[in-house]
Order: sequence, then structure tokens, then C-alpha cells
Amino acid sequence: MSTVTTNSATVAHAVEQDHHEPQSFWRTYIFSEDHKTIAKQYLISGIFWSIIGIGMSVVFRLQLGFPGMKLEFLRPILGSWINETGKLDPNFYLALVTMHGTIMVFFVLTAGLSGTFSNFLIPLQIGARDMASGFLNMLSYWFFFLASVIMFSSIFIETGPAAGGWVIYPPLSALPQAHKGSELGMTLWLISMALFIVSQLLGGINYITTVINLRTRGMSFSKLPLTIWAFLLTAILGLISFPVLLSAALLLIFDRSFGTSFYLSEIYIKGEALPNVGGSPILFQHLFWFLGHPEVYIVLLPALGMTSEIIATNSRKPIFGYRAMIASMMGIAFLAFIVWAHHMFVTGMNPFLGSIFMFLTLIIAVPSAVKAFNYITTLWRGNIRFTPAMLFSIGLVSFFISGGLTGIILGNSALDIQLHDTYFVVAHFHLVMGAASAFGLLAGVYHWFPKMFGKLMDEKLGYIHFWLTFIGIYLVFFPMHYIGIAGFPRRYYAFTSYDFTKNIFADMNSFISLAAIFTFTAQWIFIYNFVNSLIRGKKSPQNPWKSNTLEWTAPINPGHGNWPGEIPAVYRWPYDYSKPGAKDDFIPQNVPYSQTPESNLPHENELIGLEKEIEAQNLNDQFSQPH
Amino acid sequence: MVYIVALLSIIFLGLAALVVSRMAKVVKNASGPVEDGQIGMSNKINGTLFLAFFIVGLIGAVWSFLYAKQFFLPEASSPHGRHTDFLFWLGMSIITIAFVVTNALLFGFAWRYQHKEGRKASYYPENHKLELIWTVIPAVIMALLVFTGWRAWRDIMAEAPENAQVFEIVGKQFNWIVRYPGVDNNKLGAFNYKLIDNNNDTGIDYADEASFDDFTSTSELHIPANKPILLKIRARDVLHSVFIPHLRVKMDAVPGMPTRFQFTADKTTDEMRNLTGNPDFTYEIACTEVCGQGHFSMRIRLIVEDEASWLAWCKEQKPLLTSTPELAARIPSNLKAKAAKYLPADAVSAPSDSVTASVLKGGVTVASSTLR
Repeated sequence: MSTVTTNSATVAHAVEQDHHEPQSFWRTYIFSEDHKTIAKQYLISGIFWSIIGIGMSVVFRLQLGFPGMKLEFLRPILGSWINETGKLDPNFYLALVTMHGTIMVFFVLTAGLSGTFSNFLIPLQIGARDMASGFLNMLSYWFFFLASVIMFSSIFIETGPAAGGWVIYPPLSALPQAHKGSELGMTLWLISMALFIVSQLLGGINYITTVINLRTRGMSFSKLPLTIWAFLLTAILGLISFPVLLSAALLLIFDRSFGTSFYLSEIYIKGEALPNVGGSPILFQHLFWFLGHPEVYIVLLPALGMTSEIIATNSRKPIFGYRAMIASMMGIAFLAFIVWAHHMFVTGMNPFLGSIFMFLTLIIAVPSAVKAFNYITTLWRGNIRFTPAMLFSIGLVSFFISGGLTGIILGNSALDIQLHDTYFVVAHFHLVMGAASAFGLLAGVYHWFPKMFGKLMDEKLGYIHFWLTFIGIYLVFFPMHYIGIAGFPRRYYAFTSYDFTKNIFADMNSFISLAAIFTFTAQWIFIYNFVNSLIRGKKSPQNPWKSNTLEWTAPINPGHGNWPGEIPAVYRWPYDYSKPGAKDDFIPQNVPYSQTPESNLPHENELIGLEKEIEAQNLNDQFSQPH
Repeated sequence: MVYIVALLSIIFLGLAALVVSRMAKVVKNASGPVEDGQIGMSNKINGTLFLAFFIVGLIGAVWSFLYAKQFFLPEASSPHGRHTDFLFWLGMSIITIAFVVTNALLFGFAWRYQHKEGRKASYYPENHKLELIWTVIPAVIMALLVFTGWRAWRDIMAEAPENAQVFEIVGKQFNWIVRYPGVDNNKLGAFNYKLIDNNNDTGIDYADEASFDDFTSTSELHIPANKPILLKIRARDVLHSVFIPHLRVKMDAVPGMPTRFQFTADKTTDEMRNLTGNPDFTYEIACTEVCGQGHFSMRIRLIVEDEASWLAWCKEQKPLLTSTPELAARIPSNLKAKAAKYLPADAVSAPSDSVTASVLKGGVTVASSTLR
């Protein structure tokens, strides 16, 4: 079947060449408006940032795990941030923690994950030529690039990058005299984030518009792959919450540079009483977490969407509870907006408000539990193929469960009193949002690499990469819970000042650091595999995973417009795997029911009559319209 | 201990390398899942590894917990803390069950339903009854946890009782300052951040007569045991957060917005020394909101003693006004008489002449240094 499509494709393609003359190198690879190129740009940037972000965590893990260690060997990279005694500068420790958080949350797991796969998969899976606006899409990447350049340059300035924690709570972040990291580094952080938000909004508007308007014939919302549902909900979350962060950042810029008092009140610092009165640092926290909490789901939902797809494909089974999965994602997306203050139980916020947010927070556990159970049931009585993507997806489900469960403890305001800002929290969110989303990203790369580059990645290296990473991440974050239960506060440069932290868990901290270094090292297997497969990888077949979704009907190396000739129409949902009666164990979405009488369910036979209607639908094909 | 860890990690790395090389050897001849539609040996290995990971991981989790348990904080020294500890371990046991069961199913299914030639996966797209069951069960458990947690939270955050002993703690870069309501009237005086200077580091307002007997300390906070305590919390410069781990107390210190936390400590420092078998045991207050370079070392000691000895200790303390008589200049003239008893005799009558003031200052330094 695929050969037939390709043949007719070549003919149609030749016709197209007439009015799409080849573009210059710059327009094809750099300032490209093609969603596939932009996705690859996001992916490469994301990989670059993740090396920097994880590398930073290794440096501060050295400090935490081996407090007495001489770090002189880092002087060639870090310069005077290693002081005369060979120790890491405490200010720079905080800068590392801050930049690690900022980079991983925003630049890797928001831009690198959602930016890559929303861009790549939305047009290919819904059957569109490209994004609704290729130009805005290009702008989105280049705003992100500019934000990246500014954030990157802030690492090299003399006073160092921002250092008040990735949450940049004022007054610390608002007062340059309070902290080295609140000087120029903070200004650059704010500028970079403002540009980043612009980039996210441009991208988000595009994703939403594309999903709503450019679906191919027959692709109703009830036939959308879960990936697309996840990307759509992610984009909506981002579109509503990122502007709030922008306003928070703008007010902070005003406080820093123009003498306003939005967040400042009654401050005496460095021998001087500041004139600011009437502001509230709590206001900033409300605004920040109004983005900050949805951000967790902005990071996580795309990963959950992609793994739903990967797990169904490789279990050779329909995803269990397709509608329940959509409903729980919608539930999560909605609840994500009304739980933000659970980050603020002990900030002095009204305790009554704390009660309300505790109720709302724990409700969110229900749709999350439904998702986890649905994943597990999808595996049940499947016929599982362990591709690297599948391994990472199963790993994601494990992290999602393990990390999510401790959220039930932390969402309980009474228990949060003791655990707030301890390593228990660090362990919790690294598992449920950090590691789970990172596994979603890796699963996505392994699964869609053949579609992106037309080549296969080495599977064995993929297996080794998975097992080392999976074991490594559990070795890092599982013991970290114990340190949290013992009361160790986070963002501490050293644990030597207090009796309750002084002589315990030094070995555990060393162990965690070793495990972190081990995990970081294992990632080079991936980098090697990625680059090597890009150059020497085996050519991918048309549909390497025998998957149902539309992207595998496009040519192996899809050109401009994705499908030569007509875009395929869609007749069925994307999860017809192992359907009783069917010859193969998969039936792609573009196969009409009239061609599969042997496997149709009774209600599906009735849909055969609608096929003519679907084919006759007016297609939102940009190529068939004058432009 | 570091050596043991290093040794263990080397062993682990060795084992990992062994597994990897074995796996690489085995899979070398087998084809991957994609090639020619054949499912290779590697599929079986990965499936088995999931099961092995679960079993080894579970053993590791149990062992590490038993090992780490000895370093957890001892039983809380406050009634509300013991209550939240109980709720914490209750919650932990429920989520541990869920953790083991769901992971067992996940890894067990991965192993059990790995690809077999000729078998077809079952087409099982939905089951409303199942969905309903696993929506309702978590919801019910959640409701239970929320309700118990909410009641604890409500009680902890309730208004402090009338007879609560009030203290004030002020965070600054990078130490805590505590202020006691004084030796006589047991009332904290007013404060104003604009009055802060080197002599008056918490900005005590001496236009309020309740301030006259207040005294401060930067090294320790003494509190009575078995008496409700109301800690009034504020910050001078940036955010800080009061954390008393053994009492399960935590509350942010916010510039411009005083906060509070009420609790009762029911084990004195001496009792804790006996209980923990550590003669050097001391309660500590830490900072848990990042506040800059010195964030990790904002320690102040907390001493819990029985009420009688606490009272006796209080009586020995000198009001700030007594130890720093220059502050007398800030007392409005109509209240000077009331403040007189806290001031050295000559300081009251002294005119606010700058020359005498500076002479006086020298004298006081000598006096206070001999006191120590």
C-alpha cells in the first residue's frame, strides 16, 4: 500500500515543484518556516541546554556530596568561582542551583520537549501541510533563540547569573544590594524570560489554531491521537498562564529599575531603610505560581501524550480508556490553574486559603491515578515490543507513579509544614516532573527519530542508555526522600552549620552525587547514538513501528507540505491495534472501514456510509488554495 | 563510610558494565524488533530486566529505608508535631502500598506480556466499570487523607490562646534576632523599620511604653515548656523562613507582612538530652527560604526549659534600654519618667548634649564589658 502512495506522490510532487522553487540555504535551514525544521532546531537547542543544565547539577552535587573536595580542576571552566582554597563560591553555588532549575524547566522541558514535538507532530499527525502560520512559528523559535543567547551570556558576567532560586522571589531578586546574583545577572534573567514568554505565546497560538483549523478530512476531535490532545491542552495552559508570569516579571523589572513598590515594603538593608512601603512579596508568589504550577503540566502533559501513543503502539493494543485519558488530561489541565497556592502553604498566606488549596490539590490526584491505571491496563494482555522508546515510556509511568504518590503527602498542608523546602520536595518533583518529562522527551526522540531524519537509531545503545538512566535516576532520587524526611533544607551550600544535619547522611549525599555523575555520564551514550545515527544510521522503512497515525503515511523524508499530492483522509481512531479479524495487528487511520469488513465492529459498519461524505469534505489544504 | 560508598559504587558500576557487556554479546546475533518484522532476543532480555529491576529495587528500597531510619528526626517535641508525624506515616504507608502494587503491575505486565510469536494482543479498548472503580477508590482515600489533614491544619493554624507566651523573631541577612516581651509587663512593644540602626536592630519603637523592658538576643531563644508559645515572625530585608525541625514548625518571615506560628514545646532541652542520649543535644532554628550567600548558616539555638527556670532566666536579663541607654533619647518626654527605672541613674538626667552622650557611650561600653 505504501508503495502505491509513494508512486502517486512522486507524480504530484513534480507538479508542485513548479510553484515551490527551492529556497536558499538560509531560508531552508536557518530562518525556515517549515515546522519540521523548526522542530529540529528546538530539539538541537534543547539537547544543548540539557547538557549545560545537567552539567551544572553535577558541579553542585560535587559540592553537596563531597564538601571537602578540592575543586581546582574546575578552575579552567569556572575561573574565580573556585576560591583560593579550592572550594566552590557559595554565591556561585546558588547561581548554579538557580540556573539548573531555570534551564531544565524552561529551556529543556518546555522549549526542548513541547517545542520540538508540538511542532513536529501536530501537522504530521492531524494531516496538515504545515502550521497555521509558518512565519509566527519561525518567530517563535528565534525569540527563543534570543532568550537563550541572553540567558547563556548571563552565565559569563562577572557578578554571575541570577542566583535567588529559579522562583526568583523578591525582595531578594529585587534588591541588587542583597545578593550578587541579583545584580546584572537578574536583569538578564528577566529580559531573557520575557523574550522566552513571547516565544511560547507565538508557538502556543499557532499550535491551538493549527489543531482547531487544519485537521484533515475526517479527523474529528474524537479521532485525534492522544499526543495531539496533550499538545493542544499544553498550548492552552501556556497561553493562559505565561502572560501572568510576564506581568510578574514586568512588575519586578519596575521594582528593580524604576523605584516602584509592587513587591517591596518596610525593608532595611545594608544600613539603609528603603522608602518602599505597601508592596507585598506574597503578590509575586501568587503571580509566579499562577504560571509555575500549570508549568508543571506544560512540561508533563506532552510527555504523557507521547507515551500514550508509544505504549499503545508497542503493546500492539488500543490505549485503554481513550476517552477517560482525554477526560483526565482535561481535568488535570483545568485543575492545574486552581492549585497554585499549594506552593505557598507556609508563606504566611491566610490559613483558610491553605485549606481550600489543599482540597483542590488532592483532587488532582484522581485524574492522575486514572491515567496511571490506564497505562498499566494497556500493557495487560498486550504483545509488547521493547523498543527503546517503549522502555523509556514504561520508565516514565514508573516515575510518574513514584513521584506522584509523594505529592499526596506534600499537597496536605499540615504535612507540608515540616517538609516544605526540604529535599523531600526536591525528590518529589524531580521524579514526577523532571525525570518523567525527560523520559517522555527521550522516548519521543527514539520513536520519531526515523520520521525526523529518515534513519534508525541504534537500538542496543538505546537499551543500554535506558537501563543506565533508569537505574541512575532512581538511585539519585529515591534516597533523597530520606534526606528530606530527616529535615535537610534545600538550597543549602553546606550542611555543616546545624547539629541536625552535621554528622549524618554524608555518605548518602556522596552516594547521590556518584549516582548523579553516573547518570550524567550515561547520557553521552545517547548523544553519541544520536549523532552517529544521524550520519551512519540505517535507512528507516516507511513505518518502522507499524503504527497507525498519519505521520507514517507521509514519505520517509517528508518534503515541504508533508504529503505529495492530496493529504490522506481519516476514517478511524488511531488505536486499532490487534483488532480481532484483521489480517495485520494494526490498521492505520487512513484505511476506510469499507476496506476492512472482516474486522469491523457492528457500529463501525454503519460508518461506511459516511466515507463518501468525509472524502467530499472541504479540505483545509493550504496548497490547494491560492497564496 | 565514604569508602564503603565508594566501594559499593565501584561494585555497582562493575556489575552494570558486566550486565551491559553480557547484553551486548547476547543481542549481537539477535535482530532488533524492527528488522524484518522479527522480534529478537533483546525483547526477552528487556522484559526479564524489568522484573529483575522490580525485585532488586524493592529489596534496595526496604534495605535503604531500614538503614536511613536511624537518622530521621526523633519524635516531635510538640503535640501538633506528633499529630502531623502520625498523619505523615499514615499517608506514607498508604502510598507505599500503592507504590508497590502499581509498580508490581507495571513491571510484572511488562515481563508477562512481552512479545510472543503468534500471539495476538487482546483488543480491549475500554471498560467503564473498571474506570469507575479506580476513579472512586483514589477519591475515597484522598477524601480521608484530606479530611484528617485539614483538621490538623485548622488546629495548628488556629488563633493562639489568650495566655500564650509571645516572642518575636526577626530574620535578616544572615542571622535571626529574637525579641522578648520583657522582664516586667510581658508585652512586646511596637516597632518600625525606619527606627532600625546599629543600636536597635529590630526597630523597637520607644514611643510605646511596652517597649521599655523588651530585650533581644542573636544567639539563643529561651522558651518555657508546656506553655502555648506564639512566635511573631518578621523579616528586615528579604524573605527568610523560620524552621524548627524538632518542633515541626515552619513559617516564612516576610518583610512588611508579619506572620506567626503558635505551638507548644513539651520536652525541655534536658529531657531531649536524656531521650536522645546526646549530652550536646540542642534545639535549633534554621532558615528555609533562600536569602543569599549565608542562607545555609542562619543558626540560632532554641532552649526549652521548665517555666520556673525560664522565668528565673528572664529576670536576669537586661532590657535593651538598660544595656544601650543612648536609646533613651528616643523616648518622648511624657514617658521619660516611666522609662527611668530601666536606665542607669545618670543617663536619665543627662542632657542630650552630643559631647556628654559620646562620653556616656564610652562609659557604657566599659560597663557592659565588665558585666560580661
